[in-house]
Amino acid sequence: MTDSTPTEKYSPLHQIHVDAGASFTDFAGWQMPVRYSSDLAEHHAVRTVAGLFDLSHMAEIIVTGPGAAAALDYALAGKISAIGVGQAKYSLLLTPDGGIVDDVVVYRTHPERFAVVANASNRFPAAAALAARASGFDATVVDESDEIALIAVQGPQALAIVESLTRVDGGLVLPVAPGDLKYYWSTLGSYLGEEAMVGRTGYTGEDGFEIYVSNDRAARLWNDLVAAGTDRGLVPAGLASRDTLRLEAGMPLYGHELSLHTFPVQAGLGRVVNLKKEGNFVGRAAVEAGPPEGARMLVGLRAEGKRAGRADYLVYSGDTEVGVITSGALSPTLGYPIAMAYVDPGVTEPGTPLFIDVRGTRIPATVVPLPFYKREAK
Amino acid sequence: MADHDSLSFTAEHEWVRVDGDIATVGITAYAAEKLGDVVFVELPAVGSPVASGTVVGEIESTKSVGELFAPVNGTVTETNDAVVASPELVNSDPFGEGWLIKVAFTELPTLLTRAEYTALVGE
Repeated sequence: MTDSTPTEKYSPLHQIHVDAGASFTDFAGWQMPVRYSSDLAEHHAVRTVAGLFDLSHMAEIIVTGPGAAAALDYALAGKISAIGVGQAKYSLLLTPDGGIVDDVVVYRTHPERFAVVANASNRFPAAAALAARASGFDATVVDESDEIALIAVQGPQALAIVESLTRVDGGLVLPVAPGDLKYYWSTLGSYLGEEAMVGRTGYTGEDGFEIYVSNDRAARLWNDLVAAGTDRGLVPAGLASRDTLRLEAGMPLYGHELSLHTFPVQAGLGRVVNLKKEGNFVGRAAVEAGPPEGARMLVGLRAEGKRAGRADYLVYSGDTEVGVITSGALSPTLGYPIAMAYVDPGVTEPGTPLFIDVRGTRIPATVVPLPFYKREAK
Repeated sequence: MADHDSLSFTAEHEWVRVDGDIATVGITAYAAEKLGDVVFVELPAVGSPVASGTVVGEIESTKSVGELFAPVNGTVTETNDAVVASPELVNSDPFGEGWLIKVAFTELPTLLTRAEYTALVGE
Protein backbone atom coordinates (compact mmCIF):
# COMPACT_ATOMS: atom_id res chain seq x y z
CA MET A 1 0.00 0.00 0.00
CA THR A 2 1.45 3.35 -0.97
CA ASP A 3 -1.68 5.31 -0.18
CA SER A 4 -2.00 5.76 3.56
CA THR A 5 -5.20 7.81 3.39
CA PRO A 6 -7.83 6.01 5.42
CA THR A 7 -10.74 4.78 3.36
CA GLU A 8 -13.89 6.78 3.93
CA LYS A 9 -16.93 4.61 4.44
CA TYR A 10 -20.40 5.60 3.35
CA SER A 11 -23.79 4.52 4.60
CA PRO A 12 -26.14 2.96 2.03
CA LEU A 13 -28.25 6.08 2.72
CA HIS A 14 -25.46 8.53 1.88
CA GLN A 15 -27.04 9.96 -1.26
CA ILE A 16 -30.35 10.48 0.55
CA HIS A 17 -28.53 12.51 3.19
CA VAL A 18 -26.70 14.55 0.57
CA ASP A 19 -30.00 15.28 -1.16
CA ALA A 20 -31.52 16.28 2.20
CA GLY A 21 -28.78 18.88 2.67
CA ALA A 22 -26.98 17.14 5.52
CA SER A 23 -23.59 18.23 6.85
CA PHE A 24 -21.29 15.30 7.41
CA THR A 25 -18.77 14.37 10.05
CA ASP A 26 -16.20 11.62 10.21
CA PHE A 27 -17.28 9.04 12.76
CA ALA A 28 -14.91 6.09 13.09
CA GLY A 29 -14.03 6.42 9.40
CA TRP A 30 -17.66 6.78 8.31
CA GLN A 31 -19.03 9.91 6.71
CA MET A 32 -22.25 10.29 8.69
CA PRO A 33 -24.80 13.13 8.94
CA VAL A 34 -23.93 15.45 11.83
CA ARG A 35 -27.03 17.58 11.20
CA TYR A 36 -29.55 18.26 8.44
CA SER A 37 -30.52 21.80 9.36
CA SER A 38 -30.32 22.54 13.06
CA ASP A 39 -28.94 20.46 15.94
CA LEU A 40 -31.41 22.06 18.32
CA ALA A 41 -34.46 21.58 16.10
CA GLU A 42 -33.56 17.92 15.58
CA HIS A 43 -33.02 17.46 19.33
CA HIS A 44 -36.39 19.04 20.19
CA ALA A 45 -38.14 17.02 17.47
CA VAL A 46 -37.00 13.78 19.10
CA ARG A 47 -38.15 14.95 22.55
CA THR A 48 -41.55 16.17 21.35
CA VAL A 49 -42.39 14.34 18.11
CA ALA A 50 -39.91 12.02 16.41
CA GLY A 51 -36.50 11.90 14.76
CA LEU A 52 -35.06 9.53 12.18
CA PHE A 53 -31.43 8.43 12.56
CA ASP A 54 -29.16 6.57 10.18
CA LEU A 55 -26.99 4.36 12.36
CA SER A 56 -25.71 2.10 9.62
CA HIS A 57 -22.17 2.61 10.88
CA MET A 58 -22.95 0.50 13.95
CA ALA A 59 -21.43 -3.00 13.94
CA GLU A 60 -23.51 -6.18 13.92
CA ILE A 61 -21.65 -9.31 14.98
CA ILE A 62 -23.67 -12.50 14.77
CA VAL A 63 -23.00 -15.41 17.13
CA THR A 64 -24.67 -18.72 16.30
CA GLY A 65 -24.52 -22.34 17.35
CA PRO A 66 -25.42 -24.72 20.16
CA GLY A 67 -22.74 -23.07 22.31
CA ALA A 68 -23.57 -19.48 21.39
CA ALA A 69 -25.28 -18.63 24.69
CA ALA A 70 -22.47 -20.17 26.74
CA ALA A 71 -19.86 -18.39 24.61
CA LEU A 72 -21.53 -15.03 25.25
CA ASP A 73 -21.83 -15.76 28.97
CA TYR A 74 -18.04 -16.16 28.93
CA ALA A 75 -17.35 -13.26 26.56
CA LEU A 76 -19.63 -10.64 28.12
CA ALA A 77 -20.31 -9.29 31.61
CA GLY A 78 -24.00 -10.18 31.69
CA LYS A 79 -25.83 -13.51 31.78
CA ILE A 80 -26.79 -13.63 28.13
CA SER A 81 -28.07 -17.23 28.37
CA ALA A 82 -30.83 -15.96 30.66
CA ILE A 83 -32.53 -13.77 28.06
CA GLY A 84 -35.35 -15.20 26.02
CA VAL A 85 -35.79 -15.20 22.27
CA GLY A 86 -36.78 -11.66 21.32
CA GLN A 87 -35.21 -10.08 24.35
CA ALA A 88 -32.37 -7.58 24.19
CA LYS A 89 -29.76 -6.85 26.83
CA TYR A 90 -27.25 -4.04 27.33
CA SER A 91 -23.88 -5.56 28.18
CA LEU A 92 -20.14 -4.98 28.33
CA LEU A 93 -17.21 -6.64 26.66
CA LEU A 94 -14.54 -6.45 29.39
CA THR A 95 -10.80 -6.72 29.20
CA PRO A 96 -9.12 -9.33 31.43
CA ASP A 97 -8.09 -6.37 33.62
CA GLY A 98 -11.69 -5.24 34.13
CA GLY A 99 -11.62 -2.38 31.59
CA ILE A 100 -14.16 -2.01 28.82
CA VAL A 101 -13.51 -3.10 25.20
CA ASP A 102 -16.98 -1.94 24.20
CA ASP A 103 -20.53 -1.56 25.39
CA VAL A 104 -22.97 -3.57 23.31
CA VAL A 105 -26.61 -4.49 22.95
CA VAL A 106 -27.26 -8.22 22.48
CA TYR A 107 -30.46 -9.36 20.78
CA ARG A 108 -31.46 -13.01 21.00
CA THR A 109 -33.11 -13.58 17.63
CA HIS A 110 -33.34 -17.40 17.88
CA PRO A 111 -32.55 -19.95 20.59
CA GLU A 112 -29.09 -20.40 19.10
CA ARG A 113 -28.53 -17.06 17.36
CA PHE A 114 -27.56 -13.69 18.88
CA ALA A 115 -26.86 -10.32 17.26
CA VAL A 116 -24.26 -8.32 19.17
CA VAL A 117 -24.47 -4.65 18.20
CA ALA A 118 -21.20 -2.83 18.85
CA ASN A 119 -19.96 0.72 18.35
CA ALA A 120 -18.54 1.52 14.92
CA SER A 121 -15.31 2.71 16.53
CA ASN A 122 -14.91 -0.67 18.24
CA ARG A 123 -16.10 -2.93 15.46
CA PHE A 124 -12.81 -4.75 14.93
CA PRO A 125 -11.69 -5.07 18.57
CA ALA A 126 -15.18 -6.25 19.53
CA ALA A 127 -15.41 -8.77 16.68
CA ALA A 128 -11.90 -10.05 17.38
CA ALA A 129 -12.56 -10.42 21.11
CA LEU A 130 -15.85 -12.23 20.50
CA ALA A 131 -14.22 -14.61 17.99
CA ALA A 132 -11.33 -15.37 20.33
CA ARG A 133 -13.57 -15.86 23.36
CA ALA A 134 -15.99 -18.12 21.44
CA SER A 135 -13.23 -20.35 20.10
CA GLY A 136 -13.56 -22.86 22.92
CA PHE A 137 -17.32 -23.17 22.39
CA ASP A 138 -19.53 -24.72 19.74
CA ALA A 139 -20.31 -21.32 18.28
CA THR A 140 -19.57 -19.31 15.14
CA VAL A 141 -18.88 -15.58 15.11
CA VAL A 142 -19.51 -13.65 11.89
CA ASP A 143 -19.14 -9.88 11.48
CA GLU A 144 -22.08 -8.90 9.26
CA SER A 145 -21.66 -5.14 9.72
CA ASP A 146 -21.02 -4.51 6.04
CA GLU A 147 -24.33 -6.07 5.01
CA ILE A 148 -26.66 -4.59 7.62
CA ALA A 149 -28.14 -1.08 7.81
CA LEU A 150 -29.71 0.37 10.96
CA ILE A 151 -32.38 3.05 11.04
CA ALA A 152 -33.72 4.36 14.36
CA VAL A 153 -37.05 6.12 14.86
CA GLN A 154 -37.07 7.85 18.24
CA GLY A 155 -39.59 10.03 19.99
CA PRO A 156 -43.19 10.06 21.25
CA GLN A 157 -44.56 9.55 17.72
CA ALA A 158 -42.17 6.68 16.87
CA LEU A 159 -44.73 4.00 17.64
CA ALA A 160 -47.41 5.49 15.40
CA ILE A 161 -44.92 5.89 12.56
CA VAL A 162 -43.57 2.33 12.74
CA GLU A 163 -47.11 0.98 13.15
CA SER A 164 -48.18 2.66 9.92
CA LEU A 165 -45.56 0.64 8.04
CA THR A 166 -47.04 -2.59 9.36
CA ARG A 167 -50.44 -1.91 7.81
CA VAL A 168 -51.49 -3.67 4.64
CA ASP A 169 -49.01 -2.82 1.86
CA GLY A 170 -46.81 -1.03 4.36
CA GLY A 171 -44.01 -3.46 3.63
CA LEU A 172 -43.13 -4.25 7.23
CA VAL A 173 -44.46 -7.62 8.40
CA LEU A 174 -43.90 -8.41 12.06
CA PRO A 175 -45.11 -11.32 14.20
CA VAL A 176 -45.63 -8.93 17.10
CA ALA A 177 -47.36 -5.56 16.78
CA PRO A 178 -44.86 -2.75 17.48
CA GLY A 179 -47.08 -1.48 20.29
CA ASP A 180 -46.91 -4.86 22.01
CA LEU A 181 -43.13 -4.88 22.05
CA LYS A 182 -41.84 -4.09 25.51
CA TYR A 183 -38.80 -1.90 26.13
CA TYR A 184 -35.65 -3.84 25.28
CA TRP A 185 -37.53 -6.52 23.35
CA SER A 186 -37.34 -7.16 19.64
CA THR A 187 -39.06 -9.08 16.92
CA LEU A 188 -37.85 -10.66 13.73
CA GLY A 189 -40.00 -10.09 10.66
CA SER A 190 -39.60 -8.94 7.12
CA TYR A 191 -39.51 -5.74 5.14
CA LEU A 192 -40.30 -6.03 1.44
CA GLY A 193 -39.76 -9.78 1.68
CA GLU A 194 -36.34 -9.65 3.33
CA GLU A 195 -35.48 -10.23 6.96
CA ALA A 196 -35.87 -7.25 9.25
CA MET A 197 -35.34 -7.00 12.99
CA VAL A 198 -37.20 -4.38 14.98
CA GLY A 199 -36.11 -3.60 18.54
CA ARG A 200 -37.76 -1.27 21.02
CA THR A 201 -34.38 0.14 21.86
CA GLY A 202 -32.54 3.41 21.43
CA TYR A 203 -30.02 5.91 22.67
CA THR A 204 -32.04 9.07 23.16
CA GLY A 205 -34.04 8.65 26.37
CA GLU A 206 -37.29 8.53 24.39
CA ASP A 207 -39.53 5.68 23.32
CA GLY A 208 -38.47 4.40 19.96
CA PHE A 209 -37.50 1.62 17.61
CA GLU A 210 -34.36 0.47 15.89
CA ILE A 211 -34.85 -1.34 12.59
CA TYR A 212 -32.15 -3.56 11.12
CA VAL A 213 -32.43 -4.38 7.41
CA SER A 214 -30.09 -5.39 4.60
CA ASN A 215 -28.24 -2.52 2.91
CA ASP A 216 -30.30 -2.82 -0.27
CA ARG A 217 -33.57 -2.26 1.62
CA ALA A 218 -32.29 0.70 3.62
CA ALA A 219 -33.10 3.55 1.23
CA ARG A 220 -36.64 2.32 0.67
CA LEU A 221 -37.22 1.92 4.41
CA TRP A 222 -35.86 5.41 5.11
CA ASN A 223 -38.10 6.93 2.46
CA ASP A 224 -41.13 4.98 3.67
CA LEU A 225 -40.55 6.16 7.24
CA VAL A 226 -40.15 9.77 6.05
CA ALA A 227 -43.38 9.46 4.07
CA ALA A 228 -45.21 7.95 7.04
CA GLY A 229 -43.79 10.39 9.56
CA THR A 230 -43.48 13.80 7.95
CA ASP A 231 -47.09 14.75 8.61
CA ARG A 232 -46.58 13.81 12.25
CA GLY A 233 -43.51 16.03 12.52
CA LEU A 234 -40.78 13.43 11.97
CA VAL A 235 -37.48 14.96 10.90
CA PRO A 236 -34.17 13.34 9.97
CA ALA A 237 -31.74 13.86 12.83
CA GLY A 238 -27.95 13.83 12.85
CA LEU A 239 -25.27 12.67 15.22
CA ALA A 240 -25.01 16.10 16.89
CA SER A 241 -28.52 15.82 18.27
CA ARG A 242 -27.99 12.15 19.10
CA ASP A 243 -25.08 13.20 21.31
CA THR A 244 -27.02 15.84 23.26
CA LEU A 245 -30.00 13.47 23.57
CA ARG A 246 -27.94 10.63 25.01
CA LEU A 247 -26.10 13.05 27.30
CA GLU A 248 -29.38 14.33 28.79
CA ALA A 249 -30.44 10.71 29.24
CA GLY A 250 -27.20 9.99 31.13
CA MET A 251 -26.12 7.32 28.66
CA PRO A 252 -22.39 6.71 28.34
CA LEU A 253 -20.54 7.06 25.05
CA TYR A 254 -17.52 4.89 24.40
CA GLY A 255 -14.37 7.01 24.16
CA HIS A 256 -15.89 9.57 26.51
CA GLU A 257 -17.32 7.83 29.60
CA LEU A 258 -16.02 4.34 28.77
CA SER A 259 -12.52 3.14 27.94
CA LEU A 260 -10.13 0.22 28.20
CA HIS A 261 -9.09 1.63 31.57
CA THR A 262 -12.54 2.27 33.03
CA PHE A 263 -14.05 -0.27 35.42
CA PRO A 264 -17.82 -0.71 34.97
CA VAL A 265 -18.49 0.36 38.56
CA GLN A 266 -16.74 3.68 37.93
CA ALA A 267 -19.12 4.39 35.06
CA GLY A 268 -22.15 3.51 37.18
CA LEU A 269 -22.49 0.22 35.28
CA GLY A 270 -21.84 -2.17 38.16
CA ARG A 271 -25.34 -3.56 37.70
CA VAL A 272 -24.43 -4.66 34.15
CA VAL A 273 -21.81 -7.07 35.48
CA ASN A 274 -23.41 -10.26 36.78
CA LEU A 275 -21.08 -11.64 39.43
CA LYS A 276 -23.70 -14.19 40.45
CA LYS A 277 -23.59 -16.05 37.15
CA GLU A 278 -21.91 -19.46 37.28
CA GLY A 279 -18.63 -20.03 35.52
CA ASN A 280 -15.88 -17.71 34.58
CA PHE A 281 -16.13 -14.76 32.25
CA VAL A 282 -13.47 -12.46 30.90
CA GLY A 283 -12.70 -9.75 33.42
CA ARG A 284 -14.46 -11.45 36.33
CA ALA A 285 -11.50 -11.63 38.74
CA ALA A 286 -10.53 -8.04 38.06
CA VAL A 287 -14.07 -6.75 38.50
CA GLU A 288 -14.45 -8.71 41.73
CA ALA A 289 -11.24 -7.13 43.04
CA GLY A 290 -12.59 -3.74 41.97
CA PRO A 291 -10.82 -0.61 40.78
CA PRO A 292 -7.85 0.78 42.71
CA GLU A 293 -8.49 2.67 45.94
CA GLY A 294 -9.47 6.26 45.17
CA ALA A 295 -10.58 5.57 41.60
CA ARG A 296 -12.70 8.35 40.19
CA MET A 297 -16.44 7.85 39.74
CA LEU A 298 -18.81 9.15 37.09
CA VAL A 299 -21.22 11.87 38.23
CA GLY A 300 -23.57 14.38 36.68
CA LEU A 301 -22.82 18.08 37.00
CA ARG A 302 -25.29 20.91 36.62
CA ALA A 303 -24.09 24.48 36.17
CA GLU A 304 -25.73 27.90 35.98
CA GLY A 305 -25.76 30.27 33.03
CA LYS A 306 -25.08 29.21 29.45
CA ARG A 307 -21.42 28.22 29.34
CA ALA A 308 -20.96 24.48 29.25
CA GLY A 309 -18.08 22.39 30.45
CA ARG A 310 -16.72 20.23 27.65
CA ALA A 311 -14.79 16.96 27.43
CA ASP A 312 -11.35 17.24 29.10
CA TYR A 313 -12.19 20.39 31.11
CA LEU A 314 -10.99 20.05 34.69
CA VAL A 315 -13.23 19.98 37.77
CA TYR A 316 -12.22 21.61 41.05
CA SER A 317 -13.33 21.49 44.68
CA GLY A 318 -12.12 24.82 46.01
CA ASP A 319 -8.62 25.07 44.57
CA THR A 320 -8.06 21.32 44.38
CA GLU A 321 -8.42 19.50 41.07
CA VAL A 322 -10.82 16.63 41.71
CA GLY A 323 -11.92 15.47 38.29
CA VAL A 324 -12.37 15.85 34.56
CA ILE A 325 -15.38 16.21 32.31
CA THR A 326 -16.05 13.49 29.74
CA SER A 327 -19.10 15.01 27.96
CA GLY A 328 -20.87 18.33 28.34
CA ALA A 329 -23.26 20.71 26.62
CA LEU A 330 -25.83 23.38 27.23
CA SER A 331 -28.81 21.05 27.59
CA PRO A 332 -31.32 21.87 24.85
CA THR A 333 -34.22 20.38 26.83
CA LEU A 334 -33.34 21.70 30.28
CA GLY A 335 -31.80 25.05 29.32
CA TYR A 336 -28.82 24.86 31.66
CA PRO A 337 -25.32 23.40 31.20
CA ILE A 338 -24.91 19.71 32.04
CA ALA A 339 -21.88 17.46 32.03
CA MET A 340 -20.73 14.00 32.97
CA ALA A 341 -17.41 13.91 34.80
CA TYR A 342 -15.11 11.51 36.60
CA VAL A 343 -14.44 12.88 40.08
CA ASP A 344 -12.64 11.77 43.23
CA PRO A 345 -14.70 9.50 45.52
CA GLY A 346 -14.98 12.19 48.19
CA VAL A 347 -17.01 14.58 46.03
CA THR A 348 -19.60 12.29 44.39
CA GLU A 349 -22.57 13.03 46.67
CA PRO A 350 -25.43 14.88 44.95
CA GLY A 351 -25.44 18.46 46.12
CA THR A 352 -21.65 18.73 46.39
CA PRO A 353 -20.58 22.15 45.12
CA LEU A 354 -17.71 22.03 42.60
CA PHE A 355 -16.22 24.27 39.92
CA ILE A 356 -15.63 23.65 36.23
CA ASP A 357 -12.66 25.38 34.63
CA VAL A 358 -14.19 26.73 31.43
CA ARG A 359 -11.18 28.02 29.50
CA GLY A 360 -9.74 29.84 32.49
CA THR A 361 -12.98 30.84 34.22
CA ARG A 362 -14.24 28.82 37.19
CA ILE A 363 -17.94 28.14 36.76
CA PRO A 364 -19.86 26.89 39.84
CA ALA A 365 -21.47 23.47 39.36
CA THR A 366 -23.36 21.04 41.53
CA VAL A 367 -23.22 17.24 41.56
CA VAL A 368 -26.62 15.87 40.51
CA PRO A 369 -27.95 12.32 40.03
CA LEU A 370 -27.99 10.80 36.55
CA PRO A 371 -29.88 10.89 34.26
CA PHE A 372 -30.43 14.62 33.82
CA TYR A 373 -33.59 13.97 31.84
CA LYS A 374 -36.16 11.22 32.15
CA ARG A 375 -39.24 11.08 29.98
CA GLU A 376 -42.58 11.05 31.73
CA ALA A 377 -44.00 7.58 32.18
CA LYS A 378 -47.13 7.04 30.15
CA MET B 1 -29.23 41.32 1.08
CA ALA B 2 -25.75 42.53 1.97
CA ASP B 3 -23.23 43.00 -0.79
CA HIS B 4 -20.67 40.43 0.26
CA ASP B 5 -18.20 41.60 -2.39
CA SER B 6 -17.68 44.78 -0.37
CA LEU B 7 -16.69 42.78 2.69
CA SER B 8 -13.20 41.75 3.70
CA PHE B 9 -12.46 38.40 5.29
CA THR B 10 -9.94 36.70 7.57
CA ALA B 11 -8.52 33.19 7.62
CA GLU B 12 -10.31 32.79 10.98
CA HIS B 13 -13.62 32.82 9.08
CA GLU B 14 -14.63 36.34 10.06
CA TRP B 15 -15.96 39.09 7.86
CA VAL B 16 -15.11 42.77 8.21
CA ARG B 17 -17.15 45.70 6.90
CA VAL B 18 -15.15 48.94 6.83
CA ASP B 19 -17.02 52.22 7.20
CA GLY B 20 -14.66 55.15 7.75
CA ASP B 21 -12.49 54.19 10.71
CA ILE B 22 -15.01 51.66 12.07
CA ALA B 23 -14.74 47.94 11.32
CA THR B 24 -17.86 45.85 11.89
CA VAL B 25 -16.98 42.20 12.53
CA GLY B 26 -18.92 38.96 12.35
CA ILE B 27 -18.35 35.31 11.49
CA THR B 28 -19.03 33.93 8.03
CA ALA B 29 -21.93 31.71 7.07
CA TYR B 30 -19.36 28.96 6.49
CA ALA B 31 -18.14 29.28 10.10
CA ALA B 32 -21.69 29.43 11.47
CA GLU B 33 -22.62 26.30 9.53
CA LYS B 34 -19.55 24.45 10.83
CA LEU B 35 -20.32 25.44 14.42
CA GLY B 36 -23.95 24.39 14.33
CA ASP B 37 -26.60 26.10 16.44
CA VAL B 38 -24.97 28.94 18.36
CA VAL B 39 -26.26 29.02 21.95
CA PHE B 40 -23.90 31.46 23.69
CA VAL B 41 -21.89 34.48 22.60
CA GLU B 42 -19.41 36.33 24.79
CA LEU B 43 -18.19 39.68 23.47
CA PRO B 44 -15.57 42.13 24.78
CA ALA B 45 -16.64 45.18 26.78
CA VAL B 46 -17.26 48.42 24.91
CA GLY B 47 -14.19 50.62 25.31
CA SER B 48 -11.74 47.76 25.64
CA PRO B 49 -8.63 47.83 23.47
CA VAL B 50 -8.15 44.87 21.14
CA ALA B 51 -5.08 43.64 19.28
CA SER B 52 -5.27 42.09 15.85
CA GLY B 53 -5.08 38.29 15.94
CA THR B 54 -5.91 37.95 19.63
CA VAL B 55 -8.99 36.21 21.04
CA VAL B 56 -11.56 38.73 22.25
CA GLY B 57 -14.70 36.65 22.53
CA GLU B 58 -16.32 33.23 22.22
CA ILE B 59 -19.05 31.74 20.12
CA GLU B 60 -20.40 28.48 21.56
CA SER B 61 -22.65 26.00 19.84
CA THR B 62 -24.18 22.84 21.27
CA LYS B 63 -21.30 20.94 19.66
CA SER B 64 -18.25 23.12 20.13
CA VAL B 65 -16.63 26.44 20.97
CA GLY B 66 -15.39 28.98 18.45
CA GLU B 67 -13.13 31.91 19.26
CA LEU B 68 -13.67 35.47 18.11
CA PHE B 69 -10.43 37.05 16.95
CA ALA B 70 -9.92 40.79 16.61
CA PRO B 71 -9.13 41.38 12.93
CA VAL B 72 -7.68 44.85 13.61
CA ASN B 73 -5.93 46.85 16.33
CA GLY B 74 -8.26 49.33 17.94
CA THR B 75 -10.95 49.98 20.52
CA VAL B 76 -14.35 48.32 20.76
CA THR B 77 -17.01 50.98 20.17
CA GLU B 78 -20.11 48.83 20.10
CA THR B 79 -21.20 45.23 20.64
CA ASN B 80 -24.33 43.55 19.37
CA ASP B 81 -26.60 43.14 22.40
CA ALA B 82 -29.23 41.48 20.22
CA VAL B 83 -26.90 38.60 19.40
CA VAL B 84 -26.00 38.14 23.07
CA ALA B 85 -29.70 37.86 23.87
CA SER B 86 -30.47 35.75 20.77
CA PRO B 87 -27.31 33.86 19.76
CA GLU B 88 -29.25 32.09 16.99
CA LEU B 89 -28.92 35.31 14.94
CA VAL B 90 -25.37 34.15 14.17
CA ASN B 91 -26.88 31.21 12.28
CA SER B 92 -29.92 32.89 10.78
CA ASP B 93 -28.22 36.08 9.52
CA PRO B 94 -24.44 35.86 9.96
CA PHE B 95 -23.67 38.78 7.63
CA GLY B 96 -26.47 40.99 8.93
CA GLU B 97 -28.22 40.91 12.29
CA GLY B 98 -25.63 38.40 13.49
CA TRP B 99 -22.80 40.95 13.50
CA LEU B 100 -20.71 40.83 16.69
CA ILE B 101 -18.54 43.88 17.38
CA LYS B 102 -17.53 47.29 15.98
CA VAL B 103 -13.94 48.39 16.40
CA ALA B 104 -12.46 51.88 15.86
CA PHE B 105 -9.14 51.17 14.19
CA THR B 106 -6.13 53.32 13.36
CA GLU B 107 -4.72 51.27 10.51
CA LEU B 108 -6.35 48.53 8.46
CA PRO B 109 -4.25 45.39 7.97
CA THR B 110 -4.32 43.43 4.74
CA LEU B 111 -7.43 41.28 4.75
CA LEU B 112 -8.74 38.68 2.32
CA THR B 113 -11.03 39.59 -0.54
CA ARG B 114 -14.22 37.64 -0.95
CA ALA B 115 -12.67 35.67 -3.82
CA GLU B 116 -9.63 34.84 -1.71
CA TYR B 117 -11.81 33.74 1.20
CA THR B 118 -14.04 31.66 -1.05
CA ALA B 119 -10.93 29.95 -2.44
CA LEU B 120 -9.73 29.33 1.13
CA VAL B 121 -12.85 27.47 2.22
CA GLY B 122 -13.15 25.75 -1.14
CA GLU B 123 -16.78 26.64 -1.68
